[in-house]
Amino acid sequence: MNSILIVLPILIPLLTAILTLLLWNFRSWQRILNVVGAGFHLVATSSLLMLVRQDGIQSLQVGNWSAPFGITLVADLFSAIMLVLTGIIGLVVAIYSLGNIDIRRESFGYYPLYHVLLMGISGAFLTGDMFNLYVWFEVMLIASFVLMALGGERHQMEGALKYVTLNLISSAIFLAAVGVLYGVTGSLNMADLATQLPLIDTGMSNTLAMMFLVAFGIKAAVFPLFFWLPAAYHTPPAAVSAIFAGMLTKVGVYALIRVFTLLFIQDIDYTHLIILVIAAFTMTSGVLGAASQFEFRRILSFHIISQIGYMIMGLALFSPLALAGAVFYIMHHIIVKTNLFLISGAVNRLQGSYQLKKLGGLYSSRLGLAVLFLIPALSLAGLPPLSGFWAKLTIIQAGLEESQFLIVAVALGVGMLTLYSMIKIWNEVFWKASPETAAESENPTGIGWAFYLAPIVVLALFTLTIGLVAEPFYQLAQQTAAQLLNPSLYIQTVLGG
Amino acid sequence: MEILLAIVVGVLYAAGLYLMMRRSIVKLILGLALLGHAANLLIFTIGRLNNIQPPLISEGVEKMSGSFADPLPQALILTAIVIGFGVQAFALVLLKRVYQTLGTDDLKKIHEADVHI
Repeated sequence: MNSILIVLPILIPLLTAILTLLLWNFRSWQRILNVVGAGFHLVATSSLLMLVRQDGIQSLQVGNWSAPFGITLVADLFSAIMLVLTGIIGLVVAIYSLGNIDIRRESFGYYPLYHVLLMGISGAFLTGDMFNLYVWFEVMLIASFVLMALGGERHQMEGALKYVTLNLISSAIFLAAVGVLYGVTGSLNMADLATQLPLIDTGMSNTLAMMFLVAFGIKAAVFPLFFWLPAAYHTPPAAVSAIFAGMLTKVGVYALIRVFTLLFIQDIDYTHLIILVIAAFTMTSGVLGAASQFEFRRILSFHIISQIGYMIMGLALFSPLALAGAVFYIMHHIIVKTNLFLISGAVNRLQGSYQLKKLGGLYSSRLGLAVLFLIPALSLAGLPPLSGFWAKLTIIQAGLEESQFLIVAVALGVGMLTLYSMIKIWNEVFWKASPETAAESENPTGIGWAFYLAPIVVLALFTLTIGLVAEPFYQLAQQTAAQLLNPSLYIQTVLGG
Repeated sequence: MEILLAIVVGVLYAAGLYLMMRRSIVKLILGLALLGHAANLLIFTIGRLNNIQPPLISEGVEKMSGSFADPLPQALILTAIVIGFGVQAFALVLLKRVYQTLGTDDLKKIHEADVHI
């Protein structure tokens, strides 16, 4: 039973993708299956998290080939949390897609691709093998490439091209790193590698660490490797950019945290200092980029980058509190960021633009949407009592404990600038009078509009819950950090004995 | 042999990166393909190139004895080649689509097309 639960987060999206492919010509069936499949995925991932909380780390040797020879799937608390977040975001965006994705994209395979994407993300979180991680990355990437370019509109082309190119470079570096890793240690199983790597030369393991840092750094969009992200994320439909913004860069962050807590921990003074410096630059450059933009989704895209900085700052500080902060930050960020992209899509539906200059007056005409925007926006900036406040508080507290005052100052300054950007959107989109050039405001009602609003409301409620009842989430993050800092548990579960 | 292959890998990386920095998308995609080949050849080289027996168990024997070649790097490369093939096929279709929609294969002009929306 337990072993089935580990594979279900991969199998359910696969099955959904196959069924939606078979029902290619039956659009309404595809739409139903899309929601049902995403719902089952959430149920499966939640039960996996409960199982892992109860019985500790779970592992499965596929085909009974014992580790380190076969393919290993591992679910520890960190993977399980990421999977549940995938489940939540997968379901809400699946519902949002019903309203947001046009018929043309639907009939060219949007739903199968969407579930292949979910499968790739889940696989990357579950695998316990470096080469397998590469394969899951590719599954995820190829689905995201097509979703990015689907529709083939003029403005999508440049974004898709940059996105494809930089991700393929990252994959090539990742593949080379995997090859060298195998050449040096003779293994690719993460648990086995964790026991092998301390035996090899520090210079070699640091070189490998840097190769992985570059490969995952491109995917996580850290400084100075983030340029593809703001060039691409504002081009596809809102539903697609929402799931990309919520999940894809976080897969990169997950991979970074995984390899830098399990594998490359021999020379922390060197590797984690580099990550700390990168974190500072990532936060600053992201937030400054956002300050100079006047396109709704471009501002949000730059904020993804600056938020990634906070997460890897938690990784770089490498204390129990800092890692708990990083995990809490990821939980908060995925929900808030997806929600902001969903709201930008709803605003676009109402006024037909993402340009702040062409938007306006939504506070008077759509008070509800304005309040729904304020919840994630203020949470992103870190205002109490919302979820972002606790996330930032924990990370900054960890920074103070480790006496890294410079990065704490940067983090606080970036928080202020985040607030500035969110207020800018608020002023331009909701507060100022509707510009005369604005397109005739549409008045969507009924079921189509409910597909837009329901996901936004649900995610806003999540943000409020994490903010107002932070204790259980914080405890979960603490347990996760304890597990990450004690790799022997992970190694023991996979290798046995 | 290792040194020769190491040089080939280096040249492939250099050529790939050089092509990717050109302004034409066709060269961009050729560069990407070369990077993939370079990575595959790197795995092949780093998986040891000694001239020893294949990893086959001869008839009537339970276990392999002596030194034998490691089959795993080849398996990795094979997987990577298949993935690379799929991804490059997609990249070519994207290239065609970009050319059809924007009427140019010059990255600078493509950038200008995006700015003017």
